[in-house]
Amino acid sequence: MLSSRALVRGLQVGLWRRVSTSASALAAHAQDIEVIDCSIPQYNNRLDTPLPDIPFVRNLTAEQKKLKEKEKESWTNLTKEEKLALYRLTFELSYAEMRKSSDEWKTTLAGVFFFLGFSGLLVWWHRIYVYGDVPHTLSPEWVEKQTKRMIDMRVNPVHGFSSNWDYEKQRWK
Amino acid sequence: MSLPKPIMRGLLAKRLRFHLPIACIMALLAGATFKFTVAEPRKQAYADFYKKYDSMKDFNAMREAGVFESVRPSGE
Repeated sequence: MLSSRALVRGLQVGLWRRVSTSASALAAHAQDIEVIDCSIPQYNNRLDTPLPDIPFVRNLTAEQKKLKEKEKESWTNLTKEEKLALYRLTFELSYAEMRKSSDEWKTTLAGVFFFLGFSGLLVWWHRIYVYGDVPHTLSPEWVEKQTKRMIDMRVNPVHGFSSNWDYEKQRWK
Repeated sequence: MSLPKPIMRGLLAKRLRFHLPIACIMALLAGATFKFTVAEPRKQAYADFYKKYDSMKDFNAMREAGVFESVRPSGE
């Protein structure tokens, strides 16, 4: 018990800490992480919250700032493109874009079939090179004797097995 | 810009009022269909089978075939 704890501790210090805090590992990982500050309001594209907490574009260029000033006047003066630009400043995706489905299901299905097929190949290899012989009770001679015995015993004579056998003519109906 | 106020309450009750009777009727129909397509024919088939069933004849046939352990075929 104590020795295994010492072993775990030794592994932690000697191996894992060295690996996890090595400069190269940290540097490689730092590039994939997008640090999101969850303590301030976030933008989201959700069907059930039509008005997110903050607009999509926070840092406006000079041109966008001018547009925002124009928005404060009468909206009839805005051209169609300006209205669209203002919309895209506040929202990333429109409802239609949010609802749009993707073709991902085709890739998923293709992957599923591919790996099912691959598993089939593995099972085939097993059948040939790993599995032993099938039990002797599945050989045709045994099955024949078995079937005759079932008919003699009148297995399921009303609707089932023996109902298909003609006992007068001694053959299948 | 004056739209009529939408219905805010009783939406589930309204839906249930419509769909619950239908659900009950479908359940009853399913039961009745099964009874008259599966259960009754099966009972009839068993009744017909056993009306003309000679158990002694069948027993002797089985005995001769040698499936019993308590009675061997009459030849042995």
